[in-house]
Amino acid sequence: MGSLNIENVKKAFGPVEVLKGIDLEVNDGEFVVFVGPSGCGKSTLLRVIAGLEDSTSGRVLIDGDDVSVTPPAKRGIAMVFQTYALYPHLTVKNNMGLGLKQAGTPSAEIERRIKIASAMLSLEPYLERRPAELSGGQRQRVAIGRAVVREPKLFLFDEPLSNLDAALRVNTRLEIAQLHRRLKATMIYVTHDQVEAMTLADKIVVLNAGRIEQIGSPMQLYNSPANDFVAGFIGSPKMNFIDGAKLGETAKTIGVRPEHLTVDAKSGAWKGTVVHAEHLGADTNLYLDCEKAGLLTVRIFGVYNADPGATLYATPDPAKTYRFGADGRVVK
Amino acid sequence: MSTATRSLPRTIGAHAVLLTYTVIALFPVILVVMNSFKSRAGIFGAPLTPPTPKTFDLIGYTTVFGQGDFLHYFQNSLVVTVASLFFVLLFGAMAGFALSEYRFRGNTMMGLYLALGIMIPIRLGTVAILQLMVASGLVNTLTALILVYTAQGLPLAIFILSEFMKQVSDDLKNAGRIDGLSEYTIFFRLVLPLVRPSMATVAVFTMIPIWNDLWFPLILAPSEETKTVTLGAQLFLGQFVTNWNAILAALSLAILPVLVLYVIFSRQLIRGITSGAVK
Repeated sequence: MGSLNIENVKKAFGPVEVLKGIDLEVNDGEFVVFVGPSGCGKSTLLRVIAGLEDSTSGRVLIDGDDVSVTPPAKRGIAMVFQTYALYPHLTVKNNMGLGLKQAGTPSAEIERRIKIASAMLSLEPYLERRPAELSGGQRQRVAIGRAVVREPKLFLFDEPLSNLDAALRVNTRLEIAQLHRRLKATMIYVTHDQVEAMTLADKIVVLNAGRIEQIGSPMQLYNSPANDFVAGFIGSPKMNFIDGAKLGETAKTIGVRPEHLTVDAKSGAWKGTVVHAEHLGADTNLYLDCEKAGLLTVRIFGVYNADPGATLYATPDPAKTYRFGADGRVVK
Repeated sequence: MSTATRSLPRTIGAHAVLLTYTVIALFPVILVVMNSFKSRAGIFGAPLTPPTPKTFDLIGYTTVFGQGDFLHYFQNSLVVTVASLFFVLLFGAMAGFALSEYRFRGNTMMGLYLALGIMIPIRLGTVAILQLMVASGLVNTLTALILVYTAQGLPLAIFILSEFMKQVSDDLKNAGRIDGLSEYTIFFRLVLPLVRPSMATVAVFTMIPIWNDLWFPLILAPSEETKTVTLGAQLFLGQFVTNWNAILAALSLAILPVLVLYVIFSRQLIRGITSGAVK
C-alpha cells in the first residue's frame, strides 16, 4: 500500500509553466524528498499530488489508481503544512479526529487511533488544549499527529520544519525519521534545505525550474551528480566551480567540493591568499583568493589557524574532481 | 507604552486634545438628550442648561408613547436594520470568499463590478427602484427596505471582506479540504471565525446609515404599518408648529438601539481597524 506514479505532469498558471513534464515513481514505504531552490515547482508538485491543485495535463496514480480527478479527501493522503494549519477553534484531540469524523469512522476507532498517535508523539498531556496554548514545536507535532491518525497511503510534508527554530528543527527531523521507520509508510517531503534532504531521504528528487534534474539516493547525488546544478545544490559549503579555460582544461567548468581540497603553506597546485576564515570547532572553512582558480572555499577538518592575508597553496583530490561540459552535464 | 517613551506634559497634552474632541463630538447628542427632559419653555428659555427641578418635564416622552405607535416604529426599524445587516454580512462574506479564494475567468472584473457600487450612490436609482417595487407589489413592505439596504451595503462589505479573506492562511483551508470538509464548512467554520473583527467593522459601517435613513422609508414604505423611527419622528415636525419635546424624546430613544448594537460590535471593531497595521 502506498506507491505513487506521476506520468508527464504539467502545470501552468496562465502563460507561466511551473511544471514542465514530471515523471516520477515512488515505491511503497519510500521516503522521498523533493528539493530545489524556491520557485522550482516542488510545492506545486506536492499540491498536485494532494489534489489541491489540478494538473494541466498528465496523470497521478496512487496504488495504481488514477486519482487525477479525485478530491483530496478521497485520495488516501495526509498532509503536514509549513504553517501547521491547525483548526484554531478545536482542541488538539478534535484537530486530530476531524478528518476521521468527516469520513464516518466510528468514534471508538477514532479514540484508539488518537491514543496511539498521541503516545507516539508524546502529546497526551495536551489533548484538551487548543492550538493557541501550544508552542511551535508542539503545534507541528499535533499537525503530524493529525496526519498519522488518518493512516494514509501517502504522507505529504510541505516544508514542515521551516517555521521552527534551529534546535527544534533537529529534534523534529529526528522524530519524523523515527516515525517513518515505525510506520513504514510512504512519505513525500518538500524542502529547500539540502541538509534535511540528505538526512531524511531514501531518495532525493532535485527539481529546478519545473524539471527534474536528477533522482537518486543522497550518496549517489553527492558522489556522482548528473550536472553542475545538482553538484552545486547538494553539499555544504557549496562546490567550487572553476572556469576550465583558466586551468588549461578541455571541460567548460571544473568542480571541486571544499572538503576535497587540501591546503599547504609551502607548495600545491593553486597559490592563493586567505580572505577569511570561519572557525566552527569541528572544522574550519577557509576562503582563498587564488591566482588561477579565483575564489575557493576550502573545508578543513579540525582546527586550522590561518590569518587573512597569509599565502596558502590549495590542491584538489584528482579522484574527486568533476568536469562539466558546456551544457552543464558531467563529462568523463 | 514603556516609561521611557512617556512624559507627563505629553500625556496631559494628548489627553487635552482627545477630551476636547470628545466634547465637540458629543455636544449635539448631549444637547438632544438633555432637552428631551425639559418643558417647552425650558427648551427655548435656556437650551444649554441641564434640566432643573423647575424645567424638568417628561411631556416629550409621554407624547411619544401616547401618540402614534412608536413601539411599532421601533420594531420596524430594528427588523429592517438587523435583517439587512444579516444579508449584507452573509452575502458580502460569501462573495468576498469566492473572489479571494477561487481563480476563475473574470475574477478581477467581477471584483471591480461589485465594488462599483461604492462610487455610485444608490439614491440615483430611486425612481427606477420605486418603479420596480411598484411592479413587484413590494411598496409599503419592510421587504422592500431590506432589499434596498442589502444592495446598498454589499459593495463596501465585499470590498473590505475580500481583502481580509485573502489574509486567511491557505494552508488552513487546504488542511480542511484534505480532512474532507466541504467548501461551505471551510467557509463557515474555518474562515468566518478568523475574519470576525472585519465583519464587525463592516457591520457598524453598514448599520448606522440604515438605521438613520429617512429617504427610502419615506419613498418606499411610508404607510403607518411600515414606518421606521426616523420617519415616525416626522409626525411631530409640522409645517407651522413643531413639537420639539416629542421630537427630542423620539430622537433620544432612537439612539439607544444603535448604541446597544455598537457596544456589541465595538470590541471586535477596534481589532478590525487596527489589524494589519501591526502584527
